[in-house]
Amino acid sequence: MLEITDVSKTFNAGTPNELRALRGIQLTVEDGSFVVVIGTNGSGKSTLLNAVAGSFCVDSGIITVGGTDITKWAESRRARFIGRVFQNPFSGTAASMSIAENLALAAHRGRPRRLGWLLQRNLLGRMREQVSELNMGLEDRLKNPIGSLSGGQRQALTLLMATWLRPQVLLLDEHTAALDPKSADQVIALTERIVKRDKLTTLMVTHSMQQAASLGDRLIMMHRGQLVQDFQGAEKKRLRPDDLMARFEEVRRAELLDESAAAMLRRMYV
Amino acid sequence: MSLLIGALTLGFIFSLIALGVLISFRAFSFPDITADGSSTLGAAMAAILLVNHVHPALATAAGFFGGFLAGALTGTLATKFRINGLLSGILVMTGLYSVNLRIMGRSNVSLLGASTLANSAEQAGGALLGQASLDVMGWEVASREASMLLAAVVFILLAGGVMYVFFQTNLGTAMRATGDNAQMVRAMGVNDDNMIILGLGVSNGLVALGGALLAQYQGFADVQMGIGMVVWGLASVIIGEALVGTRSLGLSITGAVMGSVLFRLLVAIALRMGLNPNDLKLATAIFVFLALVTPALLKRLGPLARKSPARASHA
Repeated sequence: MLEITDVSKTFNAGTPNELRALRGIQLTVEDGSFVVVIGTNGSGKSTLLNAVAGSFCVDSGIITVGGTDITKWAESRRARFIGRVFQNPFSGTAASMSIAENLALAAHRGRPRRLGWLLQRNLLGRMREQVSELNMGLEDRLKNPIGSLSGGQRQALTLLMATWLRPQVLLLDEHTAALDPKSADQVIALTERIVKRDKLTTLMVTHSMQQAASLGDRLIMMHRGQLVQDFQGAEKKRLRPDDLMARFEEVRRAELLDESAAAMLRRMYV
Repeated sequence: MSLLIGALTLGFIFSLIALGVLISFRAFSFPDITADGSSTLGAAMAAILLVNHVHPALATAAGFFGGFLAGALTGTLATKFRINGLLSGILVMTGLYSVNLRIMGRSNVSLLGASTLANSAEQAGGALLGQASLDVMGWEVASREASMLLAAVVFILLAGGVMYVFFQTNLGTAMRATGDNAQMVRAMGVNDDNMIILGLGVSNGLVALGGALLAQYQGFADVQMGIGMVVWGLASVIIGEALVGTRSLGLSITGAVMGSVLFRLLVAIALRMGLNPNDLKLATAIFVFLALVTPALLKRLGPLARKSPARASHA
């Protein structure tokens, strides 16, 4: 279970570029729940994922995973609970190293690194098995550098790496945004299969209304660093991409109203 | 012949420095110039221990650990204190100059009369061969020189082998991955700062080991002896990459050793042909400069060179 309690983060505080990226976020993700996060650009959805992953320290609030307070933990220490797939397909893998070496590094996620031989025979066997399930023909290319693969293949492998050891929380940060439509569909199908199979607690950011409507069992919408909508259960199941677009429009109108109301008040009273 | 054997022996000893530079510059992309100081540190520590009758193997190992600490210090400055990598190296290297003088007590320590790995190798070789000189394809080779070369080769084979194995262990692979993609390594639960500290430690340990062996080979340690080591190491690495490429770990290691030996041979030939030893460092720096800019230059000239025959055929 992931619990985010009253978390705030301000970047460049006290400068003209001050950005209040997260404002008192309150979110509890139950075990096995697949939460889709949407929002306009700059709404704080990626920042929320990075706050959980530990890319920076939050200004206030508490983040716990399975009851353990990880708010002050370094990014690398949190990795024992958290699997991540990044937007950039190059971020999740070491390009110059082989597929096998990358997967083997993931097979030790969050564990101490000692002087044992990395590519053990039984591990290689399991790799062939898992990689062949991707249906990308990569099982015979385990020795090839991962940098020679396409973005879609790398992203599929990153997903496999992030979930090799079952993470308590899986973070997917627009992990198909940089892929061509066909690869994106493949990676999404793989995501669905793995999340369902391992009953993973998942937080997925996406820009695609299609994905947002069809995936997951809960959907939250962010705006200006706050959660503005939360659809669960049957309500989430009924959502269609058009509904989501309508919600976005509502949020935008409310914002315009805020500004025009402020302007009106200024005219009248200041 | 003696010149050739000497150049080969030096080449193998210097290849430890090339291997150290391979780790910092290539595996971590960290421009670590601590090596100029840590090579002298290894030599100084080994020399002073040898003069005080410590066993040569122990004295040499102490040199390695001294270099390891110096490298780890540079890594700590660069990661924990967020000081620019190049500056971290400069700070440690500058500080080491005084440390080295303190260790040696003066600017030069002679190993004359001390028992060293070099004369152990000579004695072992002498006992094995039982004669003062050998006949190699018509050339007369002093057996003490031959045994020294053999000892250097064996030592480097061991060091290279250990390095090859280490970088395929769980820890070693995590270190290589850190140089490739630090973000990924953090997401895999590895503290990338610690990997850099450890990696620079191993790198400078190898460099200091090279310094310790060099001091024993030449019979003295000098506070100035480390100047230019980074550039020499880099030159060897570049030659090695040109010879065997960078496709795999084993090839990179082999290449660095081959590059170092070839580089020493080139130096010996240049000196033989009348290059002033004082100009050696300038020549090396120019060589590294050319090696760094030539690939980009060729790429820019490439299209032109390929275009001209095409134009000719049109006409």
